[in-house]
Amino acid sequence: MRYGRGPEILRDLTFSLAPGSFHFVTGPSGAGKSSLLKLIYLAAKPSKGLVHLFGQDISRVASQDQPFLRRRIGVVFQEFRLLEHLTAFDNAALPLRIAGGKADDYRTDVAELLTWVGLKTRMHAMPATLAGGEKQRLAIARAVVGRPDVLLADEPTGNVDHDMALRIFRLFVELNRLGTTVLIATHDQDMVARSGRPVLHLEGGRLHLLDPLEAGA
Amino acid sequence: MSEMFDLPRWRPAPFLPEADARDGALIFVVAVLCFLACMTALGVVAADRAAKGWADQLVGEATVIVRPKGNESPDAAAARAAETLAGLPGVTEARALEREKAYDLIKPWLGDVADLEDLPVPRLVAVELDHKAAPSVEVLDGALKAQGLDATVDDHSLWIKDIKRSAGVARWVGASIFLLIAGAAAAVIAFATRAGLAARRDVVEVLHLAGAEHVLIAKLFQARFARIAATAGLFGAIAAGVMGATLRLIGGGQGLSPVLPVAWRDLLTLVPCPLLAALVAAVAARITASSIVREME
Repeated sequence: MRYGRGPEILRDLTFSLAPGSFHFVTGPSGAGKSSLLKLIYLAAKPSKGLVHLFGQDISRVASQDQPFLRRRIGVVFQEFRLLEHLTAFDNAALPLRIAGGKADDYRTDVAELLTWVGLKTRMHAMPATLAGGEKQRLAIARAVVGRPDVLLADEPTGNVDHDMALRIFRLFVELNRLGTTVLIATHDQDMVARSGRPVLHLEGGRLHLLDPLEAGA
Repeated sequence: MSEMFDLPRWRPAPFLPEADARDGALIFVVAVLCFLACMTALGVVAADRAAKGWADQLVGEATVIVRPKGNESPDAAAARAAETLAGLPGVTEARALEREKAYDLIKPWLGDVADLEDLPVPRLVAVELDHKAAPSVEVLDGALKAQGLDATVDDHSLWIKDIKRSAGVARWVGASIFLLIAGAAAAVIAFATRAGLAARRDVVEVLHLAGAEHVLIAKLFQARFARIAATAGLFGAIAAGVMGATLRLIGGGQGLSPVLPVAWRDLLTLVPCPLLAALVAAVAARITASSIVREME
């Protein structure tokens, strides 16, 4: 994969994630972790090669069907990408609204989730007034609120303290236990080592499967 | 602070921010375009009515030029022609014009000639015809010839043709200007949609990546710009209405002038303006937004 005429960011990658699996993606800055996630959440197309998602070759999925694939994927963006004109509650409820849910059906779920990520008192707050860690937790709440089949997270614990990082990790584990395939791009070697989950290590545009302890070393 | 969030009464907020700092400028530009379009429409309607009025007037009239033959005096020949024509079906009135009127008609060419009596000046007969059953030139001509009169009948058909042609040209020119202005409005809206989408690209991308269908995103922009254009169209139509009413009042019973008579009912032409503006804006915004969202694929 390359952007425009730039150098190849990713090459010769062949891997598959089994449904219900939990992986970390590690690698130095600029190794292509975010680009790899973009390929999976359909924000970028490979310049060569194939990407299969939910058993479908995405290059063959009609553009009008792609939104339905995207709804099955929850994404925690590194830069959060919250909508500044919406309250924390509206931001968290966004995927459910887009999927056509009725407010009465999901408002309690959204409130419970926001409470769980420690934003009970900030539901009415606008993103501009939230601290970095609060924004990150809100972005995570938005990604998981729809119980997606696949959860992709780009540095999801980069702006939170150790205790909150553990709490968020437990949320991901719980989701995974319920059947969500989880892929987390992170620099947090400590979390990777303690999780005991397999690691996909990106370096020089290539991917290596590492043992979690090896990755954390 | 949790008590500030009223969960049971929460209602989803609009996906797009309600207002934009550039909305005012856009409303102004579209309102000006709508005003120009409305004035063009008023002009076309008034010109059309003027042309129709002139044509109707000419259709109901004919002029007969009578040249005396032999010893018959010009006045006697004209009187006889008027009497002949008055008896024909479809002729409501036939009246020989006084010789002074005939002299007045040729004065601009001959100047103040001392004794016009010495010149063989033909006399004129003004004929008023029934609009619904006007006799043809041939019928009038035949009746005059049957009475041994040397006369030429002019039913103004040449002028009517010219007026109709002019009215047609005015109509086409007006319609073309109207379409040009509507096209300019659509281009402005498309440009504004593109700028609006660029300014809200972050919102659009998040909606897109969260699984919003293209149609939903396009509809958001379509509805937003349709609202803006409807508001602008209303302002433009009101301004044009005020201008039209002023022209009507200044011009009295005939509107601005006999050349462009504005009637009160013409102001009804402006009523669909907000709706049309909204429609043009909605289509322009929909197409633009759809193409931009497709570019994100």
